[in-house]
Amino acid sequence: MEGWVALYIFMLAAFTGIEIIARVPAILHTPLMSGSNFIHGIVLVGAMVILGMATTTAEIIVGFIAVFLAAGNVVGGYVVTDRMLEMFKSSGQDKDNS
Amino acid sequence: MMSAVIEFVVPLAYFLAAVMLIYGLKAMSSPVTARRGIVLSGWAMAVAVAVTFAHPKVSDHYGLMLLAIGTGGLAAWVSARRVAMTDMPQMIALYNGMGGGAAAAIAAVELLKLISGEVVLDTVTIVLAVLGGIIGAVAFSGSLIAFAKLQGWIKKAWRFGGQHVINTAVFAAVLGLGIYLMVAPASPAVLAAFFGLALVLGVLMTIPIGGADMPVVISLYNALTGLAVGFEGYVLQNPAMMIAGIVVGAAGSLLTQLMARSMNRSLANVLFAGFGQAEEETQGGALTGEIKSIDATDAGIQLAYAEKVIIVPGYGLAVAQAQHKIWELCELLAQRGVKVSFAIHPVAGRMPGHMNVLLAEAGVPYDMIHDLEDINAQFPTTDVALVIGANDVVNPAARKDTSSPIYGMPILDVDKAKNCIVVKRGQGTGFSGIENLLFFEDNTRMLYGDAQKVAQQLIADVKALG
Repeated sequence: MEGWVALYIFMLAAFTGIEIIARVPAILHTPLMSGSNFIHGIVLVGAMVILGMATTTAEIIVGFIAVFLAAGNVVGGYVVTDRMLEMFKSSGQDKDNS
Repeated sequence: MMSAVIEFVVPLAYFLAAVMLIYGLKAMSSPVTARRGIVLSGWAMAVAVAVTFAHPKVSDHYGLMLLAIGTGGLAAWVSARRVAMTDMPQMIALYNGMGGGAAAAIAAVELLKLISGEVVLDTVTIVLAVLGGIIGAVAFSGSLIAFAKLQGWIKKAWRFGGQHVINTAVFAAVLGLGIYLMVAPASPAVLAAFFGLALVLGVLMTIPIGGADMPVVISLYNALTGLAVGFEGYVLQNPAMMIAGIVVGAAGSLLTQLMARSMNRSLANVLFAGFGQAEEETQGGALTGEIKSIDATDAGIQLAYAEKVIIVPGYGLAVAQAQHKIWELCELLAQRGVKVSFAIHPVAGRMPGHMNVLLAEAGVPYDMIHDLEDINAQFPTTDVALVIGANDVVNPAARKDTSSPIYGMPILDVDKAKNCIVVKRGQGTGFSGIENLLFFEDNTRMLYGDAQKVAQQLIADVKALG
């Protein structure tokens, strides 16, 4: 991928991120931080590719660490966010959303 | 033929995953659709991970991959399931740190390949790999320190003379080594020194920051991890990583700004100032009046015969796990015709929205919970303001004492209520270490004790009134 194309992707993604957060009520700040923490768990995909291409012992070890850490990010981020949002759903009066 | 299919299907799956992740995050920004949002994002992640096994570049170590995913995932699953709601902030810090560490590790492998001559990378790729490496490593070690602090493993903000100079020097050294790696990627020893120093930098940056500022710092590291993931996404030519990473980086940066602003401080001030220096100066401030205490029975009577009560929860409520008892007390008061509402400061607890999460857990309906702007005007007509484990966010010094480090921070004006009862564990100061002028006010009474036990006594006392 050309550097300039990447720059455009970065720019558009940055605006998207700002747009998403800009109109969020304060009560969702913690779940949303937790949710975005889960989203960057996509690093797991990269970690898997790195381990899958590793050739030397050092690369394999560091690659393994990368996958291990990224898996923790994904699973931990998901479970924590889900537990928080679960409570939001079961509380309050207007919970008949589906 | 088969490989052609894979070359098409894998990027397509990544594309769909990116769409679903962003849509999921968008859905998470409204309480009504939030749950759907995380579930959708979860599926997106599952799809992305599944197709990666068929990624054209992945050719080996499938067993190790499954082992790492299994062990890392299981450890995180068990810890995330077990942890109490009150400890969520530090768990977010921990999992975020792991993501940062993974991004740094990706950079490390890619640079190792570059050093050994196994791959040839263009300049942009090397620069982004190095930058992502620094950022990821700082987010990793910094988040772990934040975790340790909130977990109570590190009790004090650790400051020493010349700290800024040392931090700047370490930062310059990391940057220097990074540039050296970009120009002459020669030795693994330089690479090791580079990552080692970047990790040290994360520790040094985080360790002087007080616990009260940790939410802002965690949010910042969350944004940094996103950025690192985005950069490493470019290195690996993976658009899903680039997009998801930068979206989080931008959203996280804005969230960090919002949080810093609600404490009336700039991000630079949070990161580099620390409350320490100003602390001594304020101790000599004019503290008039004395601290008066009250016992639970009298407090119960005050509450039971009040018309309007506002409850202000803080971190003490979280520590004592008192949210359920407090809600029980509210229901009891409501039955007696007392109008009860909750006032939540934007940075009450350890994270914005932390108190909302806890109160939601206890079953408090949304419409009883109010933000600072909505409720501050109501304090003068309130009979009792019940402060539970909150300290700095109700300190009138923020309005009155220009020399106070928190001067100018918006606070909940509980001192304007007719009576103010402060439930507090002991006579210590808040996390910022600042003396609270509220405790010395004429209309303030202190009710010492663990928030949960106090709430229990109050329930019993109110019940006894019949």
